[in-house]
Amino acid sequence: MGMQFNEIQMTEFKRLVARYPEGKQKSALLPALHLAQESFDGWLSVETMDYIASLLNIEPIEVYEVASFYSMYNLKPVGKFVFEVCQTGPCMISGSDNIIDYIKQTLDIKPGETTKDGVFTLKLVECLGACGYAPMMQVGKIYKEHLTKEKVDAIIAEYRQLAASKN
Amino acid sequence: MGVKLLLDKANVPGIRTYDVYRREGGYSAVEKALKEMNPETIVEEVKKSGLRGRGGAGFPAGMKWSFIAKPEGVPRHLVCNADESEPGTFKDRYLMEFLPHLLLEGLIIASFALGSNDTYIYIRGEYAWIPDILEEAINEAKANGWLGKNILGTGFDCNIHVQRGAGAYICGEETALIESLEGRRGNPRIKPPFPAIQGLWMRPTVVNNVETLAAVVPIIHMGGDEYAKIGVGKSTGTKLISACGNINKPGVYEIDMTVSVEDFIYSDEYCGGIKGGKQLKACIPGGSSVPILPANLLLKTAKGETRYMNYESLSDGGFATGSMMGSGGFIVLDEDQCIVKNTLTLARFYRHESCGQCSPCREGTGWMEKILMKIEQGKGEMSDIDLLWDIQRKIEGNTICPLGDAASWPVAAAIRHFRDEFEWHVKNPELSQTSNFGLQHYADPIHIPA
Ligand SMILES: Cc1cc2nc3c(=O)[nH]c(=O)nc-3n(C[C@H](O)[C@H](O)[C@H](O)COP(=O)(O)O)c2cc1C
Ligand code: SF4
Ligand code: FES
Repeated sequence: MGMQFNEIQMTEFKRLVARYPEGKQKSALLPALHLAQESFDGWLSVETMDYIASLLNIEPIEVYEVASFYSMYNLKPVGKFVFEVCQTGPCMISGSDNIIDYIKQTLDIKPGETTKDGVFTLKLVECLGACGYAPMMQVGKIYKEHLTKEKVDAIIAEYRQLAASKN
Repeated sequence: MGVKLLLDKANVPGIRTYDVYRREGGYSAVEKALKEMNPETIVEEVKKSGLRGRGGAGFPAGMKWSFIAKPEGVPRHLVCNADESEPGTFKDRYLMEFLPHLLLEGLIIASFALGSNDTYIYIRGEYAWIPDILEEAINEAKANGWLGKNILGTGFDCNIHVQRGAGAYICGEETALIESLEGRRGNPRIKPPFPAIQGLWMRPTVVNNVETLAAVVPIIHMGGDEYAKIGVGKSTGTKLISACGNINKPGVYEIDMTVSVEDFIYSDEYCGGIKGGKQLKACIPGGSSVPILPANLLLKTAKGETRYMNYESLSDGGFATGSMMGSGGFIVLDEDQCIVKNTLTLARFYRHESCGQCSPCREGTGWMEKILMKIEQGKGEMSDIDLLWDIQRKIEGNTICPLGDAASWPVAAAIRHFRDEFEWHVKNPELSQTSNFGLQHYADPIHIPA
C-alpha cells in the first residue's frame, strides 16, 4: 500500500464521516476526495481512489464514477499551482479573453498544459461565482479577481517564489 | 434609499463574528421563534410573508415547508442550497462570506419549524474558503447555546454540517444536490417522489436557497404580514441582486422590488450606469438561463410601461418580449458586446454542465455549441440559424430536469431578439472577426436616459 493519510489527515477524515448518520458513510465521499487530492499532490490516482474506497467500505467503481463526474477532481498529475481562469459570459464580456491570451503567452502553455518546470497548469473553467469581480481566476483555495496584465505578472511572480521556497 | 432587511448590518465592522452580530441584536429571531412560537406558527408566518424561493424558481417557501411529510419515527432534513453556479449569480457567496450568522439564524429557525436535527449546507466546491467561515460561525453558535442539544431549553437538538461540492452546476438542482450529498454523481432524480416526501437518504427533505433562509430572520422579527407589505404584488420583501458586466459598479445590492430597471442600471445607488459612458445594448436580468432582452424591451415593456425589478414586471410579456427574475444575476452588455459570442459561451457552459442522462440535453447542448462556434468563426450558413432554433425547441420540455430548458432559453431569446446580428455574422464572415455589430439592429431608437 502506497499512499495513506497521516495522523492529522486521518483525524479530519474521521470528522467528515461522523457528520452523517450510521450506515450513510458514503456521503463523505466528495469531502474525502477533496482531502485526498489536497494530501496527495493535487490529483487522484487510481491507487488513491482505491484507498478511499477501502476507507469508506464501498466499491472502487463508486469512487471512480464520482471522481470523473466532478470537474474539481484532477485525474491526471497537475502542476504545483493550477490557474483556473473563468471564461463564461460575464467574464468574457469583461475581458477574460485578453487575460487568457496573456497567461498563455507568458507561461508559454495552452489550456490543459503544465509548464516544463512543473510549477503551473492552466485550466479554463466555467463561472466561479465572481462575475462582478471579473476577469478572475482561482488558484488553489483562493480567488484572484479584477485581473489585469500587471496583476497576472505579480501573481506568477508570487507563486514562482512560493514554489522555489517549497523545493 | 430602499428598505434593507438582509444587508442592513453588512457594513458593521466585525459583523462576521458572533460577539458583534449578537451585540447588534443577532439571534433574537431564534429566541423569539423557539420561545414564543411553535413549528406551525412559524410556517404560518412564512406563508403570510409571501416569501418566494430565491434560488431561481420562485416557489413560495411557506407552502414548500407545509408539504413536508411527517411519518412517525423517520428523521427529516433541511438542506441549504449554496451551490450558486448560475452564471451572473454571486449573492449567496456575499451573504455567507460577510453575514454567516444571519444564515445560521435562518437555518436554526427553519430547522426547528421543519423538525430537522441534522441540517446540511451544500456549498459549491470552488467557494473553498467559505466553509471555514461557516464552520467558525457554527462553532461560535454552538459555544453560545444556539446549536447542539436542547437549544434554549426547548428540547430541540440541531446540528449544522457544511458539505463541499466538487464542481458541477447541475448539483444546484435540488435532487441532483441530494444525490451528490449522498456521495454520488449529480444526476437529477425523476420526480415524483418529491424531496418533501423522499429526499436525502429517502427521508422527507426541504431544500432552500441561502437567501431564502436568511430572509426568514426578518420575517420572524417583523411578522409575515409586515414583511408582505414591502415590495409589490407577489414580489414581497427584498431581493438580492448580483450585478455584473459592463457597468460602473458591479456588486451585490438589496432592493425592495419597487425600483425600476432603468434606475437600477443608471442610479448611483446601484449600478451607476454603463462603464465608459457607452450605451446599453442588452441585459440578462436573472442569471444566464433567463431570456436576454435588448435595451428597449428591458427598460420598457412591449406596452411601453416602465419595467421594474420584480418577478411580475420582469416576466411581463412572457418569453416573447419579457424575461425573468430567476436567481437575481443581472448581466449587463454594452454596445461593444457580441451577442453571438456571448450566446456561444453560455451554450458551452450548458454543454459542459449537462449531466448526460437525457439525450435531448446531452446531444442538443453539444450541437448548439458547435453551430454557434461555426457562426461565431464566420463559417456559418443561414440555415444554421433555423437549425439552432429547431434544436433548442426540441430540448425544451423534453428532459428530466430544467437544465434542458435553461440551456434552450438563452439561445432562443438571442435569436428571437437579435436574429439580424446572427445573419450579419453569416453574411460578413471577415468583418465579424474584426468588428462587431454594435447597435445596428434596433428598429426603434434606443431610449438612453439623461
Ligand atoms: C440546473 C439547475 C441549477 C440550479 N442551481 C441552483 C443553485 O445554484 N442554487 C439554488 O438555490 N437553487 C438552484 N436551483 C433551484 C433548485 O432546484 C431549487 O429549486 C431551490 O434550491 C429551491 O430553493 P428555494 O425555493 O429557496 O429557491 C437550480 C435548478 C436547476 C434546474
Ligand atoms: S436535462 Fe440535462 S442535466 Fe437535466 S437530467 Fe437531463 S441530461 Fe441531466
Ligand atoms: S462568469 Fe466568470 S465568475 Fe461568473
